[in-house]
Amino acid sequence: MGKTKVIVGLGSCGLAAGAGKVYDAIKQIKEEKGLDFELKKTSCIGMCFREPLVEVVDGKGSYIYGEIDVAKAAEILEKHIQGADPIKDYVVQTELFDTKDKNFFEGQVKIALRNCGYIDPESIEEYEAREGYDALKRIAAEKIQSVDIIQNVLDSGIRGRGGGGFPTGLKWRFAYNNKADVKYIICNADEGDPGAFMDRSVLEGDPHSVLEGMTIGAYAIQACEGWIYCRAEYPLAIKRLNIAIDQARAKGYLGKNILGIEGFDFDIHIKEGAGAFVCGEETALMASIEGERGMPRKRPPFPAESGLWKRPTNINNVETFANIPWIINHGASEYAKYGTAKSKGTKVFALTGKINNGGLVEVPMGITIKDVIFKLGGGIIGNKKFKAVQLGGPSGGCIPDYLSDTVVDYDSVNATGAIMGSGGMVVMDETTCMVDMARFFLDFTKKESCGKCTFCRIGTQRMLEILERITKGEGKATDIDTLIELSNQIKDSSLCGLGQTAPNPVLTTIKYFRDEYEAHIRDKKCPAKSCKPLLTYEIITDKCTGCLLCKKVCAVNAISGERKMPHLIDQSLCTKCGSCYTKCKFAAISLT
Amino acid sequence: MRIARISEKRETVVQDTVDLTLMEPFIEKYKSTRGNMIPLLQHTQEMYGYIPQEAFLKLEKETSLKLSDMYGVASFYAQFRLKPVGKHIIKVCHGTACHVQNATAVTEALEEELAVKDGETTPDNLFTLESVACLGCCSLAPVMMIGDETFAKLGGKQAKDVIRAIREKETGSKCDHQE
Repeated sequence: MGKTKVIVGLGSCGLAAGAGKVYDAIKQIKEEKGLDFELKKTSCIGMCFREPLVEVVDGKGSYIYGEIDVAKAAEILEKHIQGADPIKDYVVQTELFDTKDKNFFEGQVKIALRNCGYIDPESIEEYEAREGYDALKRIAAEKIQSVDIIQNVLDSGIRGRGGGGFPTGLKWRFAYNNKADVKYIICNADEGDPGAFMDRSVLEGDPHSVLEGMTIGAYAIQACEGWIYCRAEYPLAIKRLNIAIDQARAKGYLGKNILGIEGFDFDIHIKEGAGAFVCGEETALMASIEGERGMPRKRPPFPAESGLWKRPTNINNVETFANIPWIINHGASEYAKYGTAKSKGTKVFALTGKINNGGLVEVPMGITIKDVIFKLGGGIIGNKKFKAVQLGGPSGGCIPDYLSDTVVDYDSVNATGAIMGSGGMVVMDETTCMVDMARFFLDFTKKESCGKCTFCRIGTQRMLEILERITKGEGKATDIDTLIELSNQIKDSSLCGLGQTAPNPVLTTIKYFRDEYEAHIRDKKCPAKSCKPLLTYEIITDKCTGCLLCKKVCAVNAISGERKMPHLIDQSLCTKCGSCYTKCKFAAISLT
Repeated sequence: MRIARISEKRETVVQDTVDLTLMEPFIEKYKSTRGNMIPLLQHTQEMYGYIPQEAFLKLEKETSLKLSDMYGVASFYAQFRLKPVGKHIIKVCHGTACHVQNATAVTEALEEELAVKDGETTPDNLFTLESVACLGCCSLAPVMMIGDETFAKLGGKQAKDVIRAIREKETGSKCDHQE
């Protein structure tokens, strides 16, 4: 029997929830009391909704404790470590007994996230202990040829996990076929989609899997240098990547004649982004690495012919690379066992919004959206009514509740008008206004448009103006048609993915929630009761007891009335802040 | 569009206190590497909190970079600042998840508390209020980040309390203006 381990989850979300303090407290108690256990760090296991997480592994098995603060940590050390008596109430996941969160793990298949939350991301030995660098070693030992690796990746059926969905093997083959002395490989870690954090978790939790995937890719396409283009907003990911690169260099997984493969020289650099969503587009990303404004370039020539510094270049996403070592280790057919006819393997999703179990899940392609939201995600917060889910962020679209049987694969999701995207899944309930959501995304793409293409630059601005008017109750009957017309023009006339997809949130909300647009425009009402200028707060005379409470909380003195007499809201003064509505104890204020 | 970030007014600020010799080690390091413009600007900003006008001029003189190119890049990327910032930068997340959970209320409350608009710095140079796209803690929405510390599941009132606590620590007073 091994030594008991106590493992604290120190990913970005854990740290935000206070895991750093918990770790320090455990360390202090361990030293003060001279307790005999191994204190370790790991990263995100995906249960963001139960952070901070502390795992105890004893002779019987593993217990993951959730929502742990300093006091609870002390209690766990006392009862579980010293008293060998686990505190069942705090356990959120174990194989030893059922917990209320067990559904979160059932149905998940962890390939890209195989090590996240299980290893210390700053230890190369722990990665090696879980098949780490085995794929690379096998390639070296069995002298597997580039073409065979590419064929293997092609056979696995894996498609680009950044959202494009282009078969990875084909991309590699194009880069391989372009013969040149100098070729590059790039990992796109510019995860700019607001509401998505899959890549951050992989980089923070298992950086070596990305390095190994890139090194295999470099061997396959015969590249000599690699770049990881990472958002500067992810300082922890960058720190852990730097540690991992140094470790890999020291062990000979990067450098000259890697693992004794004659002539295989490869090294990886990190390039920090500087905050521009458009740099997630591959040609803009390369312009940014070259030190220029991140503006997309015309294709063709495609990066596989002429990319970074005009050399043949291959770009893949973080999650794609993280899958590669597993595919080499376990075989293409094993990977292709998961998924649907045209979308193989698994996909990582970041579940956020009005959902109970917000966090990170990895599911096989082909699972229904309903299962992801209700089985793994635990349903909607406060048992409100599920309305829609946004896939693909600002480039994607919404899928309404009645299409929640849609299965997760590239083609089925595209058929709804949304896109698979990089994996952001933002869940919306009945209180989310779909017109406001469209406005929110347009506001984002308008700001992030690089300005190169006129239709994207000016078109998004005009669309935003129309949407802002509608949410203020100043919409015109022709607005919906104008929005659709502008959308189609922007899609047709933009050079890169940003412009081509920017209208998607508007088009899908019009497609599925046209009645909400019409209510805003025609009736000047917001059915979700979210757009402030369209709300009216009124006092229901019959129910008002004249308690003066609303009068007191009103910041603008819009409420008049004497004690024990029904009050009145002066609509010309009301700022629709909602304070009176939430304060009233007698439900005497109506909101329409 | 990103060109909206360029203001008609001259945005760079002349400050006497900037010690330009601090730039020399990284100018030396990146002087002749390919694609060095963004790292040079990033290091400059790390040093001073923003990119002062003299720093641009020094870079122009000592590297092969052109002033117009540098200004183009500095105004393109959201990360770069051309004005000094407050001691504490408040980053309020406005990612999708935070938006859905009413991040607007957080920004509004902070605008009220600090009496500045989004993107501005308080007159005492203590706080800069910023909106950011996504901090990646979506399941803790809405969140804001001050320094290295993240504050989760905020409402307007909690956000104000955080600011008041910092202000009290800094100045010994909860209010920055006479009431």
